[in-house]
Amino acid sequence: MLKITPLNQTHRDMNAKMVDFGGWDMPLHYGSQLEEHHKVRQDAGMFDVSHMLVVDIQGENVRHFLRQLVANNVDKLTVSGKALYTCMLNPDGGIIDDLIIYFLSESWFRLVVNAGTADKDVAWITSQRDKTAPHLEIKPRRDLAMIAVQGPKARVKVWQVIPSSQAATENLKQFQAATFEQYFIARTGYTGEDGFEIILPASDAVDFWKKLYAAGVAPAGLGARDTLRLEAGMNLYGQDMDEATNPLESGLAWTVDLKSERDFIGKQALLQTTTKRQLFGLLLLDKGVLRSHQKVVTHHDQADGEGEITSGGFSPTLNQSIALARLPAEVAIGEEVHVLVRDKKLAAKVVKYPFVRNGQILV
Amino acid sequence: MSIPTQLKYTKSHEWVKSESDGTITVGITQHAQELLGDMVFVELPKIGRTLAQKEECVVVESVKAAADVYSPVAGEVVAVNSELESSPEKINQDPYQAWLFKLKPDNAADLASLLDAQGYEKALESEGH
Repeated sequence: MLKITPLNQTHRDMNAKMVDFGGWDMPLHYGSQLEEHHKVRQDAGMFDVSHMLVVDIQGENVRHFLRQLVANNVDKLTVSGKALYTCMLNPDGGIIDDLIIYFLSESWFRLVVNAGTADKDVAWITSQRDKTAPHLEIKPRRDLAMIAVQGPKARVKVWQVIPSSQAATENLKQFQAATFEQYFIARTGYTGEDGFEIILPASDAVDFWKKLYAAGVAPAGLGARDTLRLEAGMNLYGQDMDEATNPLESGLAWTVDLKSERDFIGKQALLQTTTKRQLFGLLLLDKGVLRSHQKVVTHHDQADGEGEITSGGFSPTLNQSIALARLPAEVAIGEEVHVLVRDKKLAAKVVKYPFVRNGQILV
Repeated sequence: MSIPTQLKYTKSHEWVKSESDGTITVGITQHAQELLGDMVFVELPKIGRTLAQKEECVVVESVKAAADVYSPVAGEVVAVNSELESSPEKINQDPYQAWLFKLKPDNAADLASLLDAQGYEKALESEGH
């Protein structure tokens, strides 16, 4: 039995092509994935991301607990509403999940974790809580829905739908959230465009979605979400990283705080590791489409088949294929590599990602 | 979904049109393009290539996946629709006009093995569509 979000019937009514996404019945597209992609880059689109899980952690001194739970440093969160992107590691430094942590008060932090890892995450967080902070409450919030409204016009359209929220949200900086009535509105996203991710009671989701649609926000499916995040150079858990890889070889060293005295789970393993492989961007020079798991041949290979595409696809904004690939760390930006596609060796250029941000091509 | 009755079909979702000069024109069906989604790349065979029946001869890639297209019968490729290399979206817009390649069958009798519209509809039903 597939799990469904509060918007399931609404997607069907809007002619969505539904797919099984990690056990969730989710919209892939509503007709054309390419059109949805362009709509987000140029105007505004909305995604049902209610399959992701909000986990509230409440009780005395939540911060202390999170200092050891995650790799980034929650002490960076000094203003209420501020958000932090981080990995949660196992003792070997492998990535259990990547998540966003919102600081609401010293007795209330909010985590947003991936759908596919949600049960595992809650079990892990609970087991750590039991060991080090048994007084804290871990609250998975399946009573909430989440809608991401993304694109250059996204915020204006949200304000059209809830005009009274504008005062509370127009001064939000990137990675900052505010609570307004029943809405938790964060200036975050997974597309490389401006916009909000809005957490709201599940019972309000359909009404809010329909009002956004009436305001001209295009429904967009997981297909467009994937091409948008790939262009934006954002990692996808389970593809670009997992428990067998660490953040240092996943382009996420910037999210790991190894400088402070603070100890966190996985820190010792990371300090002892040498990073032999790294994530790079690839721009396909030949014709074709790069896909995940294709092998990449470089001049630096110590062994055959060392390099591999972790996420690949067609970039609608660049009108050519792009990828994230894990390659030997010695590879230099600008170098040419070859990707094994069926019976061919296709030429690709190593580039610094993101490929696209705020509608602008960067490669 | 309407399936044109003047065409023949394969279970692997190719359509086949018999031309008056004895060649056949091959494309992919409405069902196939719907399944794949927005097309972004087409790799066509070389003219003159000889194909066995059910041999992989075209790769169509959509935003979602790469898919092989198979030769409906044995024969020689006599033309390809190179317009699709720059405009693969034509397959989505009109799959029964956006042909992929033309083939000169080795043996015209092989065409009898193809499905008619009714047979193809039944094949789709048994796939669960």
